[in-house]
Amino acid sequence: MLRFLLTRIGSALLVMAGVVCIVFFLLHMVPGDPVEVMLGESAQPADREALRHELGLDQPILSQFYTYISALSQFDLGTSLHSKRSISEILAEKLPATFALALAALLIAVLIALPLGMLSAVKKDTLIDRGAMGFAMLGTSIPNFWMGPILILIFSLWLGWFPVSGSDHLSSIILPALTLGTALAAILSRMVRSAILDILNQDFIRTARAKGMSEWRVIMVHALGNATLPIITVLGLQLGALLGGAVITETIFSWPGIGQLTIEAIQQRDYPVVQACVLVISLIYVLVNTLTDLAYGWLDPRIRQV
Amino acid sequence: MRSQSTSFWLASSILLLWCLAALFGRHLDLAPNSVNLERILTPPTLQNCFAYDDLGRSIFDRLIIGARTSFFVSLWVVSLSAVFGTLVGTIAAWRGGWFDLAIVRIIDIFLAFPGILLAIALAGILGPGINNIIIALTVVGWVGFARLARAQTLSIKKREHIQAAIALGTPTHKTLRRHVIPLIMAPLIIEATFGIAGVIIAEAGLSFLGLGIQPPTASWGTMIKDGTRYMLVAPHMVFAPGLALCLVVLSVNMLGDKLRDWMDINE
Repeated sequence: MLRFLLTRIGSALLVMAGVVCIVFFLLHMVPGDPVEVMLGESAQPADREALRHELGLDQPILSQFYTYISALSQFDLGTSLHSKRSISEILAEKLPATFALALAALLIAVLIALPLGMLSAVKKDTLIDRGAMGFAMLGTSIPNFWMGPILILIFSLWLGWFPVSGSDHLSSIILPALTLGTALAAILSRMVRSAILDILNQDFIRTARAKGMSEWRVIMVHALGNATLPIITVLGLQLGALLGGAVITETIFSWPGIGQLTIEAIQQRDYPVVQACVLVISLIYVLVNTLTDLAYGWLDPRIRQV
Repeated sequence: MRSQSTSFWLASSILLLWCLAALFGRHLDLAPNSVNLERILTPPTLQNCFAYDDLGRSIFDRLIIGARTSFFVSLWVVSLSAVFGTLVGTIAAWRGGWFDLAIVRIIDIFLAFPGILLAIALAGILGPGINNIIIALTVVGWVGFARLARAQTLSIKKREHIQAAIALGTPTHKTLRRHVIPLIMAPLIIEATFGIAGVIIAEAGLSFLGLGIQPPTASWGTMIKDGTRYMLVAPHMVFAPGLALCLVVLSVNMLGDKLRDWMDINE
């Protein structure tokens, strides 16, 4: 177990280090001058030089990288060009809203996908199955930036059930969470269906049925119980898509999280903030995936041998 | 079975329409950017079910040009990603050793960026424009192909006919081209199909965020974004491009599923 733990944590650390490098180098070495983009083409050369100096862009790239890494090792993500505040401070303010939204979306996805996937597996090749899988196909094909506005139009503007945007009321979270969670629900319900179908073909299920166990108990205890592992893996992996999708969803609903912050920072040309947001979201994703892996190893002793 | 094939033909027809609109839309008599103040926000009628947008521009004409945008962006991104990713993945698996290890690490690192986040940041920093979108999405897109090509190459590397080619002294590039890549094509084609759906959504998403195609050029993403400002008075501005987008993506996904079924049978 200890070996398994150490290998997983080691490779996670390696990936995290790589993420730091890629974020830095990709965002620094792309063609195009950030200073020119920030100030506009008509800026005075002196102003450009001043900003370049302020950002440390007049240093060689490796020494910029060194400065960046040393600051990062002390959890210093730099200062926002726009608000002149510490980026760590801004992120600490925004992260809870994103976590709340992601959790709500996850909850909605599981609540839709579990019953739908199970029903679909049990009623395989019937109209119910086809309908459920049709929904799943639709769910993966509707982009969140269209679904969001449509939900706002129907449930906020026409019916007046939920607020249009913001996070002032508790009910504000429902529409964004639904927007964010639908695609996950669709992917997850396909996954649940195939996981349960796999298990239903196995010998121990036949044994359980032969013992005279009720079909309900067979599905709920034996099939669902054994499907938990693949479902958890998919959830962990899909959390990335959820965090990425949060960027667009938060923008649509003016949800005050890290996604909206990213887009605002891009619009304000606040590159240190963009860099920090991408870094933090990605690191959270790596962390969650590592935890999923570890949980998997903890739940299923067979995995630890690998 | 019958309804299955109906939906398959429906999906194929939608895709055919999409391709035709993209390839030949320019030759139609369209005026996607002509502003007409008299018909601003005109709602749909039976004669013109697509109606006009906030500048009185024809939504139908803009949909056609938007089809062109999504078609060419997805074609470019998927082709570039597929070629580059397949090359990197195949060579990594073929050579093995430190090179393979390095590529695996790089793939792992790129996969650590959730969804289109990296593309959003890159597009934001590169600045808007169709070329920059293609660059940003390719930087994110090649990884999937590389991972798949590597896994597939590893799985067939030890087969007899390939070992025979090596034993005969066939040059590596020839072995890869004639004996390896044709065998790993099927899963890559499926990946490319789903990749097209992903890129169509990503392009529209970036344009929706204002990071992609710039006005006045029409993109389904910018059309949806423009429409959200007039949702109460002119919901058709949001419905039309969104429906077009969903139908095309849905069709591509269905075709991908079908392809996967077919190829599984062959295996």
